[in-house]
Amino acid sequence: MKTPEMKEKELTGKPPISWDQVLVQISLPILAMILALLISGILLVFLDVEPIEAYKSIFTGAFGEKAGIIQSLVKATPLLLVGLGITIAFRASVINIGGEGQIILGALGATSWALYFREWPSWLLVPTTLIASFITGAFWGFIPGFLKAKFKVNEILSTVMLNAIALQLMNLLVRGPLMDPEGITSGMFLAQSEKLPTTAWLPRLVPQSLLNAGAIIAVVLAILVYIFLWRTTIGFRIRAVGLNPHASRYAGINVPFYQALSLTLAGGFAGVAGAVEVMGVHHRLLEGITGGYGFSGIVAALFGGLHPVGLIPASYLFGSLLVGADKMQRATQVPSALIQVLLGLVVLFVVGSSYLSKKISLKSIFRNKKKEIEVQ
Amino acid sequence: MEAVFNSTIIIGILTAAIRLATPYIFASIGEAFAQTSGVVNLGVDGIMLVGAFIAFYIQLQTGNLLFAVLGAMGAGILMGLLMSLISVTLRAEQGISGIGLYMFGFGLSSLMFKKLVGTVQHVDGFKPLHIPFLADIPYLGEIFFQQSLPVYGAFLLIPISWFILDKTTWGLKIKAVGQNPAAADSLGVNVDVVRYFSVTFGSMLAGIAGASLSLAMVNLFQENLTAGLGFIAVALVYFGGWRPVGIMAGALLFSTVNAFQLFMQVLGVNLPSDVANMLPYLITIVALVAVTSKVRSPAALNKPFDRAEN
Repeated sequence: MKTPEMKEKELTGKPPISWDQVLVQISLPILAMILALLISGILLVFLDVEPIEAYKSIFTGAFGEKAGIIQSLVKATPLLLVGLGITIAFRASVINIGGEGQIILGALGATSWALYFREWPSWLLVPTTLIASFITGAFWGFIPGFLKAKFKVNEILSTVMLNAIALQLMNLLVRGPLMDPEGITSGMFLAQSEKLPTTAWLPRLVPQSLLNAGAIIAVVLAILVYIFLWRTTIGFRIRAVGLNPHASRYAGINVPFYQALSLTLAGGFAGVAGAVEVMGVHHRLLEGITGGYGFSGIVAALFGGLHPVGLIPASYLFGSLLVGADKMQRATQVPSALIQVLLGLVVLFVVGSSYLSKKISLKSIFRNKKKEIEVQ
Repeated sequence: MEAVFNSTIIIGILTAAIRLATPYIFASIGEAFAQTSGVVNLGVDGIMLVGAFIAFYIQLQTGNLLFAVLGAMGAGILMGLLMSLISVTLRAEQGISGIGLYMFGFGLSSLMFKKLVGTVQHVDGFKPLHIPFLADIPYLGEIFFQQSLPVYGAFLLIPISWFILDKTTWGLKIKAVGQNPAAADSLGVNVDVVRYFSVTFGSMLAGIAGASLSLAMVNLFQENLTAGLGFIAVALVYFGGWRPVGIMAGALLFSTVNAFQLFMQVLGVNLPSDVANMLPYLITIVALVAVTSKVRSPAALNKPFDRAEN
């Protein structure tokens, strides 16, 4: 929620930095997180779990040792990629819940491409595989975008349905045409694809870890998305559509087109996240490839203020929470589903606080007005 | 092909279709209340999951079905109040707050299940209740009148909710608030109170929907038991044009598809299960395309109301 003045300034592309606004923007998500921790803590007490112990275990798991920090970066990578797509969509006021399905489609695209063109040299195979994943993911975002533009179908519902369809599609393929031939000959019949040729792997950045070049790709894309949204005409139109669809329509902007475009792009970025999981982490397609990033990416995007610059630290934060939760489950037997509870509460409180931030900013405007009057 | 037209199988499918419509009806009617007042509650699936677990757990511990359903209703009410606080009082973007509520409910039900139960266990659910005389009618008796209590409750809810929405002052207020909150406000209707009531009442029904799933359909609980059923229930509200009878028709359409899935092997239909599992979701999308441009939604749907701005 933004005041008309802010909208205008944002539309002219020269946002003046108002520091108390920035302070509000940063402190509200943090307050939301604290509130979420408190409420989850109360729920934990009901479940006969020491909340302090559980949180301590998450914290030491995530930040206590080098391995945890590196693993957090591994998990932050898909969060950042999905979050970039979510950011573009939300900026056009399109709510993309389809991250899960788009990740799956990207992973399917990457796996199929890399296995089909396995003879290609690495310098050609890696970039084309990434592009393939972007296109397949974008296709899965285009469907709800098209249905919204053409038939006004609610994109939240269509993306949720497409998630379920993508999941079944992956199950079908990974138990069928894409199934690992080795698994078939050995009689294991694991629901996973053949291992990708090493020429399709993303290089690992730290030995003995899963951290791969995908992290660098994600950060580069974050910068590109920033430039795209704030420095290009198409990006400007996407944001204009989100801020005020009616005014945009009168200004001659084709609102449905830009909403569909933003959903398509969102799907593309989620698709790349799927490719990074396949090419950089697992080196094959397997069940559970999405890791729930389609949903946790939404949380990261909201927490990061729907801005690529805020999204990078937010992705790292939630990546480390996911790592910490896994460690907690192993150390204290508290189920890592706790993190889902926390994520849900963070979303609720962050969107709930946007109204408060509006109230606060209005107050500071009134204060300034008063000062002006006093000066006169 | 003779087997396909066997009357036992047809009766079996229809009986299952009536039974499986139950969670859809409870959840969709609940969502219709929320949406008629102007609030889209996308957290239905999360509420259903928590309701399903609470009901399952109480039944497992006490064996008292009444307490189990009351527990699920209580969970629904609490989650409805949370949704109202965020979406009505704090005027959040409803699409996002609903997804937050869904994630919260999904996580909470998994957390409680893993911590308190751990493995999939069966419980004694609702038993079929034969309605005297009616249950003895050939064919029809078996399909309609040998169901369990929640099934009857769901179908009774259709006329009841129609009566509340169309024939009572409360229903009128709910509609007014969903159509034109500023006008309703100027006539002395407290918009926030009406919306709190509608969202919370709807969430309570979502809680019952969850309980009906875990205690009258499958008699167990597992992680993500609903598998997106709550989202289909939200779509059904659009499909039914915000009218209880339309919603019932939509619920029966989906439950018939589900019933077909159950009987697919008996019928000898050679469809991979993954493809069969896609069907309800595909049909939802097709249904949304078919109806969205034809029905008129409540004018203030998805729009938070702020007295200070009007």
